[in-house]
Amino acid sequence: MPDIKVTPLGAGQDVGRSCILLSLGGKNIMLDCGMHMGFNDERRFPDFTYIAPEGPLTSYVDCVIISHFHLDHCGALPYFTEVVGYSGPIYMTHPTKAIAPILLEDMRKVAVEKKGESNFFTSQNVKDCMKKVTAVTLHQSVMVDSELEIKAYYAGHVLGAAMFWIRVGSQSVVYTGDYNMTPDRHLGAAWIDKCRPDLLISESTYATTIRDSKRCRERDFLKKVHECIDRGGKVLIPVFALGRAQELCILLETYWERMNLKVPVYFAVGLTEKANNYYKMFITWTNQKIRKTFVQRNMFDFKHIKPFDKAYIDNPGAMVVFATPGMLHAGLSLQIFKKWAPNENNMVIMPGFCVVGTVGHKVLNGAKKIEFENRQVVEVKMSVQYMSFSAHADAKGIMQLIQYCEPKNVMLVHGEAAKMEFLKEKIKKEFSLDCYTPANGETSIINTSLCIPIDVSLRLLKAESMKHNALPPDPKRSRVMHGVLVMKDSSTCLMDVDEACREAGINRHFVRFTSTLRMEDPGPSSKTAEKLLQLIKARLKDWHVQLTDGSISVESVLVKVEGNEDEQKSVYVSWDNQDEELGSYILGLLQTMGQ
Amino acid sequence: MKLYCLSCDPNKPCYILRFKEITLMLDCGLSAHTVLNFLPLPLVPSARLNNLPGWMPRDIADAHLEGELKECCGRVFVDSAPEFFPPQPKIVDFSEVDVILISNYLCMLALPYITEGTGFSGVVYATEPTMQIGRLFLEELVHHIEQTPKATLASHWKEHLHVLPAPLSDSLKPRNWRHIYDMKAVNDSLAKIQMVGYNEKLDIYGALEVTAVSSGYCLGSSNWVINSHYEKIAYVSGSSTLTTHPKPMDQGALKNANVLILTGLTQTPTANPDSMLGELCMTVANTLRCGGSVLIPCYPSGVVYDLFECLSSHLDASGMTSIPMFFISPVADTSLAYSNILAEWLSTNKQNKVYLPEEPFPHAFLVRNGRLKHFKHIYTEGFSTDYKQPCVVFCGHPSLRFGDAVHFVELWGGNALNTIIFTEPDFPYLEALAPFQPLAMKAVHCPIDTSLNFTQANKLIRDLKPGTLVLPESYRQPPGTAPHRLDLIIETDRPLLSFKRDEVLTLPLKRKQTQVDMSPELAENLVPNEVRSGVALATLTAAIQVKDNKHTLKILEEPEKPSSRKKSRALEEALNKKPTNYTWGVLDIDEFIQKITQEGITDAKVEQVASGYIIHLPNEDTLIQVEDSSTHIFCEGDMLLRQKLRTILLQCLNKF
Repeated sequence: MPDIKVTPLGAGQDVGRSCILLSLGGKNIMLDCGMHMGFNDERRFPDFTYIAPEGPLTSYVDCVIISHFHLDHCGALPYFTEVVGYSGPIYMTHPTKAIAPILLEDMRKVAVEKKGESNFFTSQNVKDCMKKVTAVTLHQSVMVDSELEIKAYYAGHVLGAAMFWIRVGSQSVVYTGDYNMTPDRHLGAAWIDKCRPDLLISESTYATTIRDSKRCRERDFLKKVHECIDRGGKVLIPVFALGRAQELCILLETYWERMNLKVPVYFAVGLTEKANNYYKMFITWTNQKIRKTFVQRNMFDFKHIKPFDKAYIDNPGAMVVFATPGMLHAGLSLQIFKKWAPNENNMVIMPGFCVVGTVGHKVLNGAKKIEFENRQVVEVKMSVQYMSFSAHADAKGIMQLIQYCEPKNVMLVHGEAAKMEFLKEKIKKEFSLDCYTPANGETSIINTSLCIPIDVSLRLLKAESMKHNALPPDPKRSRVMHGVLVMKDSSTCLMDVDEACREAGINRHFVRFTSTLRMEDPGPSSKTAEKLLQLIKARLKDWHVQLTDGSISVESVLVKVEGNEDEQKSVYVSWDNQDEELGSYILGLLQTMGQ
Repeated sequence: MKLYCLSCDPNKPCYILRFKEITLMLDCGLSAHTVLNFLPLPLVPSARLNNLPGWMPRDIADAHLEGELKECCGRVFVDSAPEFFPPQPKIVDFSEVDVILISNYLCMLALPYITEGTGFSGVVYATEPTMQIGRLFLEELVHHIEQTPKATLASHWKEHLHVLPAPLSDSLKPRNWRHIYDMKAVNDSLAKIQMVGYNEKLDIYGALEVTAVSSGYCLGSSNWVINSHYEKIAYVSGSSTLTTHPKPMDQGALKNANVLILTGLTQTPTANPDSMLGELCMTVANTLRCGGSVLIPCYPSGVVYDLFECLSSHLDASGMTSIPMFFISPVADTSLAYSNILAEWLSTNKQNKVYLPEEPFPHAFLVRNGRLKHFKHIYTEGFSTDYKQPCVVFCGHPSLRFGDAVHFVELWGGNALNTIIFTEPDFPYLEALAPFQPLAMKAVHCPIDTSLNFTQANKLIRDLKPGTLVLPESYRQPPGTAPHRLDLIIETDRPLLSFKRDEVLTLPLKRKQTQVDMSPELAENLVPNEVRSGVALATLTAAIQVKDNKHTLKILEEPEKPSSRKKSRALEEALNKKPTNYTWGVLDIDEFIQKITQEGITDAKVEQVASGYIIHLPNEDTLIQVEDSSTHIFCEGDMLLRQKLRTILLQCLNKF
């Protein structure tokens, strides 16, 4: 089956709810199993009925791969395994396995306990689900079954984020998940080798953005925070508990230290304290600098950043608060937002992308009044800043990754349709690669050329290479391999003809021709033979022409001269059928000379 | 395929494997036994060592030799900076080594000797823990020796080996012994390491695929599987099937290798690690109870982590919760810190702790509550205030020739209440203690070597079923310390080859075929002929492309039109044309005669002879000799006739 089929159930021309079905070589793989944060109904989970209308899905899906712990990539996993009933293998990296259940549980609490949603997975579901996960390490080749192989590469998006290379037979696909091509304060840059996949499935969140230098953005961010606290304002930074939060903490910590600032910086307790512990223990997944210095000073022990208490919301004076979740769709960050939004002295800094439908998205789009479910209306007078700290690859980064791994086709997911279109054209133009951008539920079929592995007898291979090496180098000359392919049982092996006959248990039938011609050439027959030899040698410069026991031989062609002195000579030319061209050429040559 | 043995110590292996024109070095262990011939390097000047009597051979009057040798309790020692005997570039030039595979951090101490100043330009592969902890071992070694520099270096004793007493006189090639490398060499050689993960397939110049698999011996320790398309070589270095802190050994990956190279078995086959650990705990508790202190010479990582864990809980259970444990090493802090961030390389039990998140090793907790105190040196700030006896001290070096351990032996040696416990199996403990004699402190030997013992190794071999087993010669006879123990050898029904230092083995691996890729277009053009049920043959002529040692068969492009090229070239190509098929089987005479008759040759006369038939065509002056496996057409120069006969003949024969 030379086709690769890809159907996004989520993240097709869309951000959020990543879930992509991949079929190659008869295997079906689910890439990520995320939920959509912008919906509260059944649309928040991918439509698993697409795989099979009813009944268990385990027989239809060979494995699930989770790229990182963000909920839009793993949020639907407990639902998929515990409610829908998938029981096959699930793969993710160690940090993802450690952190995902915490975020899942946190989200579940917000959804069920605060919003009172039903039809959601339970706390036990999360635990049971995580027990089924196989943790993988970077670059480890994991055989899911005897044919399906996967391998993780560093993606640098969040702690433990990975890109996955997937192979069945000679076909391969790389799925990037979310990734980042520029190292940041705590993570390294994504890396992949020249694995030349048939298809690269890349995220494209920032398909049209070429971000300014990291340093400028950081300066900007610090300047805005500083201005706000100088006028006594409160700064709210909604973040995911893990990931950007740690990077911004490192940034503020060093700034506070340097500027000797006294304004309190708070971090919503619970999640984050624990989160920092994960960072301490998975320090091998952070960047070079942090790994080098962690023995002396662990970057995730913060001096200036203190745990937050809800009572502080109404405290007077300036403060900076990091609170979860990052898209202001629920929880503490939303609670703080409602309190602080009406004051123009305050500021909210959105450091990441917000999904359509979330409060964060509305605020970013300049909404001045926001209505909530309970008819509560909040006026937004505080200043709203968007700082793109989200660690996604920008257009330049995506192009760079394509250059690194040299795919034969590219597919863009996890982005907005219009932006994708722009990047798609760019990829087609710069790399002349086919680029696909399927929508959710739409299947892309990618044709791949399939190389067929066969065996070659070493003797044959070495003979060719010896012959090739003996000749003067000529890049134009094509190297030729000639032999007989023996197809027996399930093996296919190329051998020389005699080996092949032995292997097949048959006898060759040799066909040989001998033609006689008469020649008037007085003198001893050896003299005639000598003349003929010179003639043949002159014509066949690159050939191995030999004279032994009075007969001339070239390959299987033999020329023999008979007859006494002063007599007419008989010249016998004989050759094997396989040297028909050569034999008849030499015969013709001698005939013309004889006349 | 050849295997060169550059090491005489199976636990500090260094081998060269040449296979498919690739030169692989398997490990670069450094045998440190040579240092036992030298006097210890004390941290503070020791009157005792300074006052040891000099030793001179009786009949030699070499003034240079004076002061080089000292005698202590009947043993003669060299008074100089310790020297090591690294693998020698004698049978293989290190600049020819393409790849070095390192199994674990105990097998890489010779790395700077091999990669620096030798023209080495290859790659070194090791797992992340091997590289990080290996760095600690190398750094500690350099620190230990550099912190106590010797004013003069002795070398003349090497000229008079024959008149020296044993064991000095048995020294192997002391002229090739080397002083320790410096930090620059350490950093430069470590920079050549490329980190790999378990089960990561590494491509070696397109010719080989190399994979590290978990060996269960220590953090990040690995065995190596070296594959070509059809051959598999498994290299088993330090491995363990016991449950300690590392990830368990992966045996499945080693199965059914054509060649299994087995090394790194236990150095103390008569000691059971579990009972030794129990004995150690008992000894420590007894000593402490009597008011004595305990010195445990150790390396900066490895079994010492298990000792912290077991000993602290044993002392807790014995009601000695206030006894401090000191871990003194220039790299102690790094070692403790690293051990707790390498969760992915640990046993499942320890690994699961990080999901809580808790540190995988309890020593993080012991450090936090002050039970385990670590210092870079004894003169580090804070040590003297924290130091109180009785206590337990873990420090290096296990040879007792350098490092802080020298100080503690000197300090505590005179008191019979104290105990020194030897756990590291690398050095014979009595020899290690020789320059400190006479000693009052108790010496207890509790070697803890978790590597495979002979029973485990024999079982492993039975399970792995290698084509050929290759191992150090010493594994075929009982160890020198227990010559009657015939069970302490490797016994196998597999073909067996053994080697010793400086030997070259030819490994019995005959490669017959290899894998190439065929383009789908070429495959489509194939015309397979079934010659027997289930066997099909197809004659194939293809272009072969070789790129990065990988072969691809593609359709042979037809040459351009002859008009546009030189005539001779076109002729050459025509003559070079390979046959598109071959004939096989027996010729059906009747069919052949019938066909030539149809073509107007009506005078054929068939004559049966012993070897087959002879067909006469008198009018054409032609004779055809037919046998079971050949047909020979003898004719005059008539081209057209011959070609007609050829065409008919080929029609009548089976082809593939």
